[in-house]
Amino acid sequence: MTEVSGRAAPAADAAGPRQTTYRDALRQALDDAMAADPDIIVMGEEVGRYGGAYGVTKGLLDRFGEARVIDAPISEAGIVGAAVGAAMTGLRPVAELMYVDFFGLAMDQIANQAAKIRYMFGGQIGVPLVLRTQGGTGRSAGAQHSQSLEGWILNTPGLRLAMPGTVSDAYHLLRAALTQPDPVVFIEHKSLYTGQGLLDTATPDAPWGQAVVRRPGRDVTLVAYSRMVNVALEAADALAAQGIETEVVDLRTLNPLDSDTASQSAMRTGRAAVLSEACLTGGPAAEIAQRITEDAFDWLEEPVLRIAGEDVPIPVAGDLEAASIPTTAHVVDAVSRLVRP
Amino acid sequence: MADDASNRSGVQLYRTMRRIRTFEERVGELFVRQETAGSMLHLSIGEEGAAVGVGAVLRDGDSFTTHHRGHGIFLARGADPNRMMAEIAGKAAGYCAGKGGSMHIADMALGHLGANAIVGGGIPAVVGAGLSYRHHRKPNVSVAFFGDGALQQGILYESMNMAALWRLPVLFVCINNQYGMGTRIDHAAASLAFDERARSFGLLGEIVDGSDVEAVRQAADSLLAAARGGRAGFLAIDCFRFYGHARMDKSPYRSAEEEAAGRARDPLARQHARLVGDGVASEEDLAAIDSAAAAEMDAAVDFAIAAERPEPAALFRDVYGPDQPPPVPLAERLDRVLGARR
Repeated sequence: MTEVSGRAAPAADAAGPRQTTYRDALRQALDDAMAADPDIIVMGEEVGRYGGAYGVTKGLLDRFGEARVIDAPISEAGIVGAAVGAAMTGLRPVAELMYVDFFGLAMDQIANQAAKIRYMFGGQIGVPLVLRTQGGTGRSAGAQHSQSLEGWILNTPGLRLAMPGTVSDAYHLLRAALTQPDPVVFIEHKSLYTGQGLLDTATPDAPWGQAVVRRPGRDVTLVAYSRMVNVALEAADALAAQGIETEVVDLRTLNPLDSDTASQSAMRTGRAAVLSEACLTGGPAAEIAQRITEDAFDWLEEPVLRIAGEDVPIPVAGDLEAASIPTTAHVVDAVSRLVRP
Repeated sequence: MADDASNRSGVQLYRTMRRIRTFEERVGELFVRQETAGSMLHLSIGEEGAAVGVGAVLRDGDSFTTHHRGHGIFLARGADPNRMMAEIAGKAAGYCAGKGGSMHIADMALGHLGANAIVGGGIPAVVGAGLSYRHHRKPNVSVAFFGDGALQQGILYESMNMAALWRLPVLFVCINNQYGMGTRIDHAAASLAFDERARSFGLLGEIVDGSDVEAVRQAADSLLAAARGGRAGFLAIDCFRFYGHARMDKSPYRSAEEEAAGRARDPLARQHARLVGDGVASEEDLAAIDSAAAAEMDAAVDFAIAAERPEPAALFRDVYGPDQPPPVPLAERLDRVLGARR
């Protein structure tokens, strides 16, 4: 399934923060990076004439031409494999796989090739490619177009992993991804594209690899990434009305994984929950929660909670889909019980 | 190594094939002496004509990927046998610091983008290298070497299609040794007209006899010239894997007659007979080449055995580029969690 933005290309950047969308921030990051570095190419299905299934690459073909914005056949393994070879021979490719669900088709090139080349070859060469994709629920896209598969990437040493939850991070993490010496999997969230936020292209919220405290609070720590940062912030508002002050930590990248910031927050608050749209079992929430437990056990009043997606394929029916992932109500209920058992 | 007349001469083709065969025989000895890192050793004895025929006409700055049976290809492109043997032995002096081994040898300086242990895994990288050469206006070509097993992998056809569609300087070379592990090619493919498959994608496609290194060289030369001009190609080289799939495989799935017939298609014997028959070289000349190869590869075995093992800290090195801290070792993490309880 596809969807196209009707929006025009963003206006030339003005100084200082401005309101924009997650989608336009991503597009501007690509635009600015390609203007600055002639070795950056964009390659994927529908990235050129169509402008990207979700409109992120709209306008890039006109600006940079067919040699740098390459419409690829529907060949996911080939796209990633070609990006690997290009990255090893002097280009900095941005490969796009339209949905993270399609990673299965390309997983050999991602996990056995891109991730391992630096290590297997004794550090001779890195593979500086960015693999853009999007995941998550929210559009009734069904079981094969709605998953949160970051755990696959997190479980593969050698891959870096960014999951922006804000408009500012959509821009700055993508710009930073395009400076990394290793493959970066960059997972956008399909339900965030039209979301608005402030972007100051001159100033990132934090350096690459550092978590950010999005809201300070003394009673409990909520650790989240991607769209779940919004859920955490909404829950924190509701909890504040009950007199519970919630600290919200946005991890921003899962590899590097700045669990120290999360653990330090948990040491201050004594309670923590990890929020993730991905399935519970064997998922990222478990890894993050366990790191906090190992680091902060002596400061914790309660076990670190995992508030994660249900262990089910994603159904297409809207109500069922919505019920398959954590909601603000789940978070408010769980945290209020965690704080006042 | 440059593409010059001395590389292409019949004697030089013979010398390189002999060096490969002797190297592979010494790898076998290294294994018997329990000096290799593991038993995943896939020897290319019988396939030297393919490696050398193509390797002789590649140029400096060209790149290639290989399959798991790729020692010969890299030697044909100028590899140092000492560093290769050390890598196969898992030693720090090897091409990949002892962390790649036989199936993951690579060397960016010689354009070797990597051997691969996944059937077909290294093929699409040459499409990307081709894009890169075109983008940077370089006159180079990138060549994917793979076995007949990869002819049945989808990634080959994704890559062929992209190479033809985008008119890239790419050549796909299948070293068809008749067996994917223990399965003969006619048990894996209904049609053996693999050149037709390639042509149907818009590539040039040829099949050549791998026991004739001169024929391979000529076919590769013309396909590489076309590839440099943006017409991607495919070359299937028919040969015979003289021994088993890997060191532990005694080929019980082949008859003695089949093996004898296959081994009669020996690219070294054929080139030897041609050189002597044409009066290009004497028996003594070629015997001297054989002796020199034996001495060179004996020295490579000695070098590999004497070389140091990687230091323990190498385990955590080069997972990521130098800007990202290495993974935290298990012992260090446990100390951090449990340290206060000591």
